[in-house]
Amino acid sequence: MTEKTIIVTEKHSFILRFLHWNNVIFLGLMIWSGVLIYWAHQAYIKIPKEIAHDFKIEYSLARGMGWHFFIMWPFALNGLAYVLYLGFSGQWRMLIPLKNGFKDAFLVAMHDFRLVKTPPPIIGKYNAAQRIAYCGAILMSIGMLITGLAIYKPVQLGWLTYLCGGYEAARFEHFILTVGLVVFIFIHVLHVMKAGWNNFRGMIAGYEIEKE
Amino acid sequence: MKLKKNNVDPKILRRRLIISLILALIAIALTSIGIVMISKAKPIDRAAPLHRYGFLWNEKVFSILQSNKRLSVEKPNPPKSKEPRVNGMVGLNSPLDLKSYRVLVDQPDKKLSLLVSEFYAIPKVGYTTDFRCIEGWSEETQFAGARFSDFLEVYKLGKKADGNYYEYVGLETPDGKYFVSIDMESMLHPQTVLAYEMNEHPISLKNGAPLRLLIPIKYGIKSLKRIGKITFSDTRLPDYWANKGYDWYSGL
Repeated sequence: MTEKTIIVTEKHSFILRFLHWNNVIFLGLMIWSGVLIYWAHQAYIKIPKEIAHDFKIEYSLARGMGWHFFIMWPFALNGLAYVLYLGFSGQWRMLIPLKNGFKDAFLVAMHDFRLVKTPPPIIGKYNAAQRIAYCGAILMSIGMLITGLAIYKPVQLGWLTYLCGGYEAARFEHFILTVGLVVFIFIHVLHVMKAGWNNFRGMIAGYEIEKE
Repeated sequence: MKLKKNNVDPKILRRRLIISLILALIAIALTSIGIVMISKAKPIDRAAPLHRYGFLWNEKVFSILQSNKRLSVEKPNPPKSKEPRVNGMVGLNSPLDLKSYRVLVDQPDKKLSLLVSEFYAIPKVGYTTDFRCIEGWSEETQFAGARFSDFLEVYKLGKKADGNYYEYVGLETPDGKYFVSIDMESMLHPQTVLAYEMNEHPISLKNGAPLRLLIPIKYGIKSLKRIGKITFSDTRLPDYWANKGYDWYSGL
């Protein structure tokens, strides 16, 4: 080759990127419409009146339910496609935590806070902390679907409600999982901002530049 | 599993990035337009059409699971609190004369005017189970009265000349200000009761005396207080909260 070339890693396939960005939209709509529903009975944390007013989440129960029980379908199908894709492509291997996963994840976090000089080596696509976080997000999403259905149809899917520990318990679990996912999203976005453009471009165009 | 590494011409990379960014912009634009179109579309019963169709689709899917054998879980003991939570007074504010109170039944081929005592004569059934509000709260509630399916049996109501049931039942308060309509299958559910007792006491005025509906397989919005009229029909009768943009089915 006479021209200068660049070495790139093919990081995220088109399918993976497609499903990821779909999920941003669907999960975003689910959380937003969930807040509209939650406003009608603020059982655990009160939403400050000013915030409810400024962000137009007051008196929107019907609208919230309209969105929530409509978007739940594409959200669930997209998530199912994602899990199936991970399974059949073998990419689940890059996601599940490895031996010493929690210890290494702790070291990654320590390195991020500049308390440790060298982070543990990255095997495959993600470091130990990412593996735990991404697996956790998938598990929480599955939990969202289960607890959500348990609240949505406590008679017709009574066995699910029973498994969740009852109607009230399922509501609380659904709420806690939402908080968990919001915390995940927050950390995820911070991490992507810190990792920079080369990493972010991987989720847009699929490749990451190794060496110029 | 290892990631593939390639040696690529920078020009090709740039083209890939630009194509991806254009695709992303198109996707963002389409999503935004979609959300705005759903939100701004001319409403059906005050719900955005896609929400209304979504509700109807969910009704089709989840009513498959509905059965007379799937019950709202019954609790062994009635709750300690005497007065169930009062959450709405629509339809209860007009003057009321309990002595002359009648429940009207309106079926295309049959009209009845019943005393409340005539409901006492139907075998009494009672349950303690969750009363679930569409707002999100729920409360253990005991209620007792005449099972709706028994009521139909005793007065030979609800069926057309061909022997099939009417598809819908409508109920309204005496002043007509609150009204619900419910599918016949749900009305025939064994826990659907025309109740005159709640938490082991006669129903209070605020909770719908002298006779109210309790249908624990639906959200509380369907459990109409103070029944003034019962209508049978093959067309979906108007429903107070469905008219305000809520799911008509509201099944649990």
